[in-house]
Amino acid sequence: MLGRLTIEALPFYSWVAMGGAAVTVGGGIAAFLLITYLRAWKVLWTDWLTSVDHKKIGIMYVVLALIMLVRGFVDALMMRAQQAISLNSEGYLPPEHFEQIFSSHGTIMIFFVAMPFLTGLINLIVPQQIGARDVSFPFLNSVSLWLTAAGAALVLISLVVGKFSQAGWTGYPPYSGIEYSPGVGVDYWIWALTLSGVGTTMSGINFIVTIVKNRCPGMTYMRMPMFTWTALCISILIVFAFPALTVVALQLWLDRTLGFHFFTNGDGGNMMMFANLLWIWGHPEVYILILPAFGIFSEVVATFSRKRLFGYTSLVYATACIALLSFTVWLHHFFTMGASANVNAIFGIATMIIAVPTGVKIFDWMFTMYRGRIEFHPAMVFTIGFMVTFVIGGVTGVLLALPPADYLMHNSTFLVAHFHNMLIPGALFGYFAGLNYWFPKAFGFKLDAKWGIRSFWFWFIGFYLAFMPLYALGFMGMSRRMEHYADPNWQPFLVVAALGAVFVLCGIICIGIQLYVSTRQWGSSRDITGDPWNGRTLEWATSSPAAPYNFAVVPTVTDIDAFHEMKMRGSAYRRPERYEPIVMPKSTGLGVVLGGLSFVMGFAAVWYIWWLAALMLVLCLVCIGIRACDDTSEYVMSAAEVEVIETAWLSGITPADMHDMRDFEPRGAASGMTLSGRAL
Amino acid sequence: MIGSGTPLRWARTIVVSTGAALLISGCALSEAPILYPQGPIALAQRDLLFTAFWLMMIVAIPAILFTLLFVYRYRSRHHSTAAYTPEWEGSWKIEAVVWLVPAAIIVVLGTLVWRDTHKLDPYKELASDKPPFEVQAIALDWKWLFVYPELGVASINELAFPADRPLSIKITSDTVMNSLMIPALGGQIYAMAGMRTEMNLLADGPGTFKGRNTMFSGDGFSDQHFLAHALTEADFTAWKDKVTGSPEALDAKTYLEVAKQSVANPVTYYSSVEPNLFGLILRKYAPIVGPLESEAAELICRGAA
Repeated sequence: MLGRLTIEALPFYSWVAMGGAAVTVGGGIAAFLLITYLRAWKVLWTDWLTSVDHKKIGIMYVVLALIMLVRGFVDALMMRAQQAISLNSEGYLPPEHFEQIFSSHGTIMIFFVAMPFLTGLINLIVPQQIGARDVSFPFLNSVSLWLTAAGAALVLISLVVGKFSQAGWTGYPPYSGIEYSPGVGVDYWIWALTLSGVGTTMSGINFIVTIVKNRCPGMTYMRMPMFTWTALCISILIVFAFPALTVVALQLWLDRTLGFHFFTNGDGGNMMMFANLLWIWGHPEVYILILPAFGIFSEVVATFSRKRLFGYTSLVYATACIALLSFTVWLHHFFTMGASANVNAIFGIATMIIAVPTGVKIFDWMFTMYRGRIEFHPAMVFTIGFMVTFVIGGVTGVLLALPPADYLMHNSTFLVAHFHNMLIPGALFGYFAGLNYWFPKAFGFKLDAKWGIRSFWFWFIGFYLAFMPLYALGFMGMSRRMEHYADPNWQPFLVVAALGAVFVLCGIICIGIQLYVSTRQWGSSRDITGDPWNGRTLEWATSSPAAPYNFAVVPTVTDIDAFHEMKMRGSAYRRPERYEPIVMPKSTGLGVVLGGLSFVMGFAAVWYIWWLAALMLVLCLVCIGIRACDDTSEYVMSAAEVEVIETAWLSGITPADMHDMRDFEPRGAASGMTLSGRAL
Repeated sequence: MIGSGTPLRWARTIVVSTGAALLISGCALSEAPILYPQGPIALAQRDLLFTAFWLMMIVAIPAILFTLLFVYRYRSRHHSTAAYTPEWEGSWKIEAVVWLVPAAIIVVLGTLVWRDTHKLDPYKELASDKPPFEVQAIALDWKWLFVYPELGVASINELAFPADRPLSIKITSDTVMNSLMIPALGGQIYAMAGMRTEMNLLADGPGTFKGRNTMFSGDGFSDQHFLAHALTEADFTAWKDKVTGSPEALDAKTYLEVAKQSVANPVTYYSSVEPNLFGLILRKYAPIVGPLESEAAELICRGAA
């Protein structure tokens, strides 16, 4: 009846397991009590959980990412503490726990922090940047969100019922096979990945269609803002790459559950095939995480340098190059598998080639700052911190791309330092910049800058302290994933790394304080115009927070910096002669229900409760059927209603609230100089 | 918003403390096997690493310096003569430089990679006036079993070889994926069940080097390391005598015991080895129908049953 699920699945076997379970359950109860205390259940359900508005879905994605960031970071802190003390000793974590922690850290940070963070920001901003009223498939968007949340919930529940995977976030067989990992851990990993992966794939399809079909008049491809360009590129990557992950996870599941032999040691299985399939997803995935951050940096650097983006065309082609090349390099994750010198050399060279367009981007941002007027907004400070730090990560990346050098560095902490050097500045700093930059667009008031700057410095210094020692340890021969070690030379480095983790902890606390302080003082930092930073792209043309329909009148665009140009011409904030009725999607609870059903299905599959899994699958199909038969999923917002909302916003804007566009007069020695014109 | 002095002050603190940390860590790093290798293969691998590093500095140093310089020079509070060109959106000259210079470096690096990847192919037999010393390495949970076909002996968690002969290791696994590495001599190739991989190494002279499995393989992974001894002729003869004098014999039955999971195995010597043990372990994972040729083969390929 209950499959493998017995009372032994409860975490009463060790204090670490009990602690983790207590924090998870306690967090859940605290959230429940807080919502009840605020009497927010009804609002939460009607305005948020059932919403299909891309902006609210975006915000919920980011909230999910921030919650999971804390969870994933606790793992990091525990690992650093363990390694700081475990010289010739067991430390405080037995191997079984240490392995679960490094596995869940990677899984959470990639799938449930980075992915929802970038999906949330794209959801929030891209439709507004292209002058659209919503994404193409609003309901599908809601389903994607709740499938991702279901995957995250599976990871969280694994702390309370059963154990998480001990096979690392990449889950290489044969170790992750049933023979060597007989428990439920790997199954939790498989189902968390599969559910969120399906959600991500659908998001990718949704964004592609939205960007291709929903752009406003005048917005040609070469007038799309860089963030939209990166969103388009990664959506294409998602649609091509994620099926590989879904398939490889399901193959592993077939191996484990039905005795197939795709990746087993014997009976014709081939573990090398897993590595290939995983990284055919895994390498594009790196760029799926990083490219949107590049898009954010491009927006931020132009806005806060008060200047056009330098080399827009070049940046577009660089982005497209990176996206294309990302599918040609997967083998560099296993040069040491014994492939021939020809194969290794070709993949090594392909990998190094990616450094060229990436370097171009850095230089284009640099020249955007050149002869600008740089303001140190937190978003800009994160961008500068990224540019300096990312170069180091790029250099170490090229070093690892040299197959003979990789023979020395593979599986070492040098590798760990390298990919954190790419993903913390390259992805996370970008998302934080986006959070600081677009927060007013989401909530109508600005984030406190002081705490934003503080969070940056803690993250920045913490990053260097935590990962520079790991580079050195790689040279000293330390492998990744070691629960304890015998070399006393390593310990000082690991202590410094642990100190770095404490700095990062302070950085996360600063973000928490920033959110708290800003919410407390929201009245004094309200964004009245919808354009708090004198922005350049179209998302700043809507009110903050944007009306449900974004644009009462779909704008017409004549420039890359569409809104900047409108402000220069004085055509911003104009009332149209008349408003039109707007067709809007209705809220629906089916997205949440589908997420809930898939969560139960995943949980049942993990524990071999097959009848329940089958039941949930049938119910999911029933829900999809109900939705398919629903011909009343839209409603019409009348012109009068639109007029009320628009008038309330526009009449609140006084000339004093608007930016003085005379600031954009060229100044200084070069102002009279003839500059070599557009780069297309 | 932040006072423009604050980032500078922080930057200074970072530079000073990084410098101090580098000084302190210098001592420990001087023993780092990858920076100070003990064999020509590891040295060549390291040299490629250094060459590539310096080549990239041509782009990386200007990128970092100019970023910081521009941030400083064009900060908005800097009411000087700094120019401001808000409509400047590109320059073909600059684009040509930022595309072509890195591309040129990659062409140079790519050429180096092509040459060195072939030169340092781990499968390639090393040129030497003496024949290579062959060792068969078998990854087990969680130890390394080394079989010496030339001597007919075996050892666990200790590898010994004559310092003046190239070391040719044939690698497989009788468990999950492992990766064999001796950082001071060069790295690293996966060990996979049912498959044979190879690595050829050479030591500069007599010495003792650390080796380990670098690929996470389970609970005993942290302790899965061994010492590799490159020995002079006299020392190697002494080592051989020590091993052949061992009362332990590694027949098929003993091997089944050895293959069971165990953590932090002490060094063990076996004065004799089941013939073709390595081949049998490889065959264990191939689908073979019908009876096998010997009892030992049955035991190893199909287990105690």
